[in-house]
Amino acid sequence: MIALLVRDLRLTFRAGGGFGLGLAFFLIVTVLVPFGVGPESALLARIAPGILWVGALLACLLSLDRIFQLDFEDGSLDILATAPIPMEGAVAMKALAHWLTTGLPLTLAAPLFGGLMSLPGQGYLWVFLTLLIGTPALSMIGTFGAALTVGLKRGGLLLSLLVLPLYIPTLLFGAETARRAIQGVDYAQTFAILAGVTAGSLALLPFAAAAAIRINLR
Amino acid sequence: MEDTRVRQKNDRWNWFWAWANPVKFMSWTGKALPWFIGLTVITVIPGLIWGFFFTPAADGFQESVKIIYVHVPSATMAIQAWGMMVVASLIWLIRRHHVGALAAKGAALVGLTMTVIALITGAIWGEPMWGTYWAWDPRLTSFLILFLFYIGYMALWAAIEDPDTAADLTSVLAVVGSVFAFLSRYAVNFWNQGLHQGASLSLDQEENVADVYWQPLVLTLVGFGFLFVVLVLIRTRTELRRRRLRAIELRERMQDA
Repeated sequence: MIALLVRDLRLTFRAGGGFGLGLAFFLIVTVLVPFGVGPESALLARIAPGILWVGALLACLLSLDRIFQLDFEDGSLDILATAPIPMEGAVAMKALAHWLTTGLPLTLAAPLFGGLMSLPGQGYLWVFLTLLIGTPALSMIGTFGAALTVGLKRGGLLLSLLVLPLYIPTLLFGAETARRAIQGVDYAQTFAILAGVTAGSLALLPFAAAAAIRINLR
Repeated sequence: MEDTRVRQKNDRWNWFWAWANPVKFMSWTGKALPWFIGLTVITVIPGLIWGFFFTPAADGFQESVKIIYVHVPSATMAIQAWGMMVVASLIWLIRRHHVGALAAKGAALVGLTMTVIALITGAIWGEPMWGTYWAWDPRLTSFLILFLFYIGYMALWAAIEDPDTAADLTSVLAVVGSVFAFLSRYAVNFWNQGLHQGASLSLDQEENVADVYWQPLVLTLVGFGFLFVVLVLIRTRTELRRRRLRAIELRERMQDA
């Protein structure tokens, strides 16, 4: 399983796997929003946590179809299915690799980009923390969506259509927690539910994703 | 020992699962369908006429209150359709009855239509009542989310060629999706307080709407329930026939070759 993780990481870093692409996309979204809504810092500060969350979510979406597609095309997914490790474990490793190459860089970059959005002082910490807790759920849910659409020729658009509704609870609790923390309202409840959504997704979705992969390989 | 007990248990339920045998399903639904259509006609039409023409206009609501007889039943059906879809999907995943998968597919379109009707009638009603066609009220938002879930589910059905793979994958999506749909339903409460009143159809007398409105509303609710059964049965029968037609075509092609 570790070998699989290392292999996936190496592939993303070396073989034009689009490691920097998600980050660049995230930066562009954050730059485009002030052009769209105007440069007043009061307005930007108000919408900053939401924009950072939506930007991170879209950047995460961008690389989802790479999780299984290449492996499906060159046949390594079939080899994985017959390998001695359970499919659930392989799927979890794929999600972890996706998080390490997409979710984690986005989380680290979000406070930097927050400067562009005149994010209020304590917002830096909270956008970082909520993304750190929330992005693993985004990767895992996305892996499930990718597993559903892996057999399709043009699954990319359908993948977004399937995954985006599933992202709603994570986005909502993540952005709401950051917003409440900035306003100084009680944030413990939403933060706990965000962590709960992530924990639940990580615990249960590998099984659903592995089932979908098995159906697609049948 | 263990095996015989399992078989005995299965035997006890065989009469029930036999209803899902495609041939038997076609025959009993063919007989039951006219009855359900009749029940729909005698509940929906009088219910709507009663509601539209024979109830007084409520204080502060004017005549617009009457849209409730379409709005509430269709909203209820929209949620119910998703519930039926999940149950039918589970029947397909666990027992491999084709009727389960096809009923889920049939319920999705009915549910999507009901969701759209609820959203549109809600917008029409919202304008005179709240002064806006749309607001990010929790119930409105969760219906929009439900709409998105239905679209994703149906898009997945449409995208996959092999019918059994499509049935499997959409069933998995329906089960996982309902968990997230449920989560989203309660998540939006944290994010915005609503315009809708609290539970107005609960058995708690104090919050209830007055009897004059309540009675025709119950009649339309029951009627829409029958309407839902009728529509799902028709859709499922059509899907079964389409499946059978495809099998016949394939067989003929095999014989020609």
